Amino acid sequence: MNITGAEIVVRTLQELNVSHIFGYPGGAVLFIYDEIFKQNKVKHILVRHEQGAAHAADAYSRSTGSPGVCLVTSGPGLTNAVTGIATAYMDSIPLVVISGQVPSHAIGQDAFQEADTVGITRSCTKYNVLVQRVEDIAPLIRQAFHIAQTGRPGPVLVDIPKDITAQIAAYAPDKSPIVMRSYNPVAKANKQQIKRALQLIKNAKRPMIYTGGGVILGNAAAELTKFADKTKFPVTNTLMGLGGYPANKKQFLGMLGMHGTYEANMAMQYCDVLLAIGARFDDRVIGDPTHFAREKRQIIHADIDPSSISKRVAVDVPIVGYIDDILKELNSGIAASLPEPKPLAEWWKQIDGWRAKKCMNYKKATRIIKPQQVIEALHEETRGDAFVTSDVGQHQMWAAQYYPFNKPRRWINSGGLGTMGFGLPAAMGVQLAHPKAQVACVTGEASIMMCIQELSTCKQYRLPLKIINLNNRYMGMVRQWQEFFHGNRYAESYMDALPDFVTLAESFGHVGIRIEHPKDLKAGIKHAFAQKDKLVFLDILTDPTENVYPMVAAGKGLSEMVLAEDL
Amino acid sequence: MRRILSILIENQPGALSRVANLFSARGYNIESLTVAPTEDSTLSRMTVVTHGNDATTEQITKQVNKLIEVYKVIDITEEKHVERELMIVKVRAAGEGREEIKRLVDIFRAVIINVTPKTYIIQITGNQQKLNSFITALGNSAILEIARTGACGLTRLDK
Ligand SMILES: Cc1cc2nc3c(=O)[nH]c(=O)nc-3n(C[C@H](O)[C@H](O)[C@H](O)COP(=O)(O)OP(=O)(O)OC[C@H]3O[C@@H](n4cnc5c(N)ncnc54)[C@H](O)[C@@H]3O)c2cc1C
Ligand SMILES: Cc1ncc(C[n+]2csc(CCOP(=O)(O)OP(=O)(O)O)c2C)c(N)n1
Ligand SMILES: [Mg+2]
Repeated sequence: MNITGAEIVVRTLQELNVSHIFGYPGGAVLFIYDEIFKQNKVKHILVRHEQGAAHAADAYSRSTGSPGVCLVTSGPGLTNAVTGIATAYMDSIPLVVISGQVPSHAIGQDAFQEADTVGITRSCTKYNVLVQRVEDIAPLIRQAFHIAQTGRPGPVLVDIPKDITAQIAAYAPDKSPIVMRSYNPVAKANKQQIKRALQLIKNAKRPMIYTGGGVILGNAAAELTKFADKTKFPVTNTLMGLGGYPANKKQFLGMLGMHGTYEANMAMQYCDVLLAIGARFDDRVIGDPTHFAREKRQIIHADIDPSSISKRVAVDVPIVGYIDDILKELNSGIAASLPEPKPLAEWWKQIDGWRAKKCMNYKKATRIIKPQQVIEALHEETRGDAFVTSDVGQHQMWAAQYYPFNKPRRWINSGGLGTMGFGLPAAMGVQLAHPKAQVACVTGEASIMMCIQELSTCKQYRLPLKIINLNNRYMGMVRQWQEFFHGNRYAESYMDALPDFVTLAESFGHVGIRIEHPKDLKAGIKHAFAQKDKLVFLDILTDPTENVYPMVAAGKGLSEMVLAEDL
Repeated sequence: MRRILSILIENQPGALSRVANLFSARGYNIESLTVAPTEDSTLSRMTVVTHGNDATTEQITKQVNKLIEVYKVIDITEEKHVERELMIVKVRAAGEGREEIKRLVDIFRAVIINVTPKTYIIQITGNQQKLNSFITALGNSAILEIARTGACGLTRLDK
């Protein structure tokens, strides 16, 4: 069948079972839009800013496990999407970006809306490529999906010059496996290392399981739960790993790291065998690596990306492979090496001592709403089963701390890049992927302004999101650092001249509700969720002085936490 | 420690910039970098000379390996290997110094490839040490301009 390059683009997306594509049109992609118009298999979602397209596609992927797809025009369309691409890159999300480029003959001529797309996105994509011949379109798009989803996932960009989308070539669907000479992510874990790991697991006296985004990305939550059930070891999750192990289990110590629990951080510091699974020893997780290395422990590190291993912390047993497979091997090996879980009474006693600090307690007030309280009320109203997206700041930390997740892919946030503006478009992507589900976006009055235009997209597609704006009139996270480290000089962290979010939401055709008193909180949230088919923007005025605790200050060690009770 | 990484990479547009970009983005230093096609025209060999301790070099190697178009990376300083670099030097060669330079050229087994009444251009190959010694021997005052290719190398292994 001979068809145009543009039609090949759309047919290839159909062939790859793409259900949604998030995009924004422009000159360089007009032929592609023409083909999108002529079919109805791939649904196009028109965003209001290309950053929103990338975030929505990214969150579509985070919530489903399938790659997200976005389509942008050349030049400004692409540069607008860069923040979204970099966000996906830092959190290893399989995102496929198709960008239009000026016609081949105009490349390098400073043509209208020309940008060096491949150059600009080189360091924030797993791979990117400029299509040079119409015959290459289908194979390069298939290859993009392959690269995005295999090994350590990540965004892949395919840049297509406009003239090529108008040329004609033969097209036939092709489901044969993709073979690339230079790209073969390690598949099978080394048996010897598995054996060494089992030996350490068997002899551990103070074991600790520390898991991250890799468990979510690798769909290994069920296998992890099995492993934890068999060993009865304590478990902690990174911010990206929440939901990878059910938070309602007794073995769960909560999140670790900068704003992690006292018990998780102490257990991390003082364990004798640490199993790091799909987690990358981030600076917000272990703090100062020298302080971390002061305590002697054996570290087993399972990750698909060899460069994640021994990057910040020297590792004793590296296991390179897919987590699901590695956990399966460990689970079957354990039957022989550790048929009965060891009681580890001493260790649990120590952990329970740390737990007794109740580091997540906070003081409620009668006149002012505490942000933690809002998240607890949200949890109660949604019975802990909602998809929760978040922006970046204090509200993000409170959402992570006070909304326990029992399932993977429910907690959707930007951890690595920490991109304000992520929450709302992310919630759109999630809601489109799960039309019947409850989707809440926890945000702050500063973050929400960064992609507020997407309220218009929500109207167009009738997305009944519930936006929980923890409005503290401050860039709270910035203010907190200024309070702690910059002598209370709140330079530019106060949000002056905020909009009236209630009428703002109404002007977009949504429902806006303001809640100011603790006594109205539960009823207000209930009322919002009762409006099943409407987007409700809850503008909740919260305590402007509240800080996130516990806190390991940047550059400090895990056992040097500041707790709320210390103050 | 000085390390020589030998990288086989798909001969595709932009391959060089991917590697160079990775080094600058991750703050690894590059002393020199050479690239040219190999016996297999679909692959290029890139030789990168860098400095780092074991941990850094291990990270660099892993990161380079992660590039989709990289076929193979080896740290040839880990193996028995040969290393060569080509340098051409333009020197002042007037008066009595002219003979002395000619003698140095012979001692270092270099060649004079261009002659004017006042200058020579000398071509010399060898490892980094040899080229550096030649520069020292010539002395700063004689040297007008230098162009070096950067090192390339191969292991001595049978394959
Ligand atoms: C304001 C703010 C505060 C923060 N505070 C904290 C905090 O207190 N605590 C905290 O934990 N984080 C915090 N973060 C997040 C932090 O910056 C990092 O994003 C996060 O800790 C990284 O999570 P991770 O280690 O799970 O790695 P991820 O980024 O999720 O990486 C996943 C790892 O798994 C591997 N992997 C992926 N798929 C597979 C597979 N199938 N098989 C095997 N391996 C696989 C990857 O190679 C990678 O190494 C904060 C972020 C912000 C913005
Ligand atoms: C795009 C972007 N710019 C700047 C920052 C730095 N930053 C981190 S948190 C924050 C303040 C967020 O304020 P708000 O959304 O009101 O959340 P709060 O901390 O008050 O809950 C800022 C400016 C960022 N993370 N992202
Ligand atoms: Mg705020």
